[in-house]
Amino acid sequence: MILARVLGNVVSTVKLPVFQGMKIMIVQPLDGEGNPQGQTFLAFDTVQAGVGDVVLVIDEGNSARTILRNPQAPIRAVVVGIVDDIER
Amino acid sequence: MKIGKVIGNVVSTQKVNSLEGVKLLLIQPLDENLREVGSPLVACDTVQAGPGDIVFFEGGREAALALPNWFNPSDCTIMGIVDQVNLKQDEGKP
Repeated sequence: MILARVLGNVVSTVKLPVFQGMKIMIVQPLDGEGNPQGQTFLAFDTVQAGVGDVVLVIDEGNSARTILRNPQAPIRAVVVGIVDDIER
Repeated sequence: MKIGKVIGNVVSTQKVNSLEGVKLLLIQPLDENLREVGSPLVACDTVQAGPGDIVFFEGGREAALALPNWFNPSDCTIMGIVDQVNLKQDEGKP
């Protein structure tokens, strides 16, 4: 799991049926201190995250399919949590 | 999953038969500001995307799972056409 910030979202109507009704977020991975690190990518929202939130993202297919309870879903990156606080 | 722009299509008759009937498109990966990043890739199409379309695509095993017959060697598949990219503006980009 990684920390990331939601930069925005992508609107798409023509897409695979399995994606219907799922928000596609643009996420920017963060390092431990919360600074942007690495390239942005797209992740499916499962926790109603909003733009600007710091979130937990899983970028692994098997976990994504387990979360979505769909063994055939061609999905790899999912937003699985909204971070309230990071204590170090 | 990443954003890309379809810049052409690829015709190949001599190929593994599990890719039979799969449209191959040439895509240029883009970043969140739709600037070109990295080098072009050949992706399988599942949503009838055409040249000029902004799409999103996935790699790895998910690319194969997205095709009707999931037992195929695809490692990059287009999964949707982007209508709109909304970015939070006050995220000052250097």
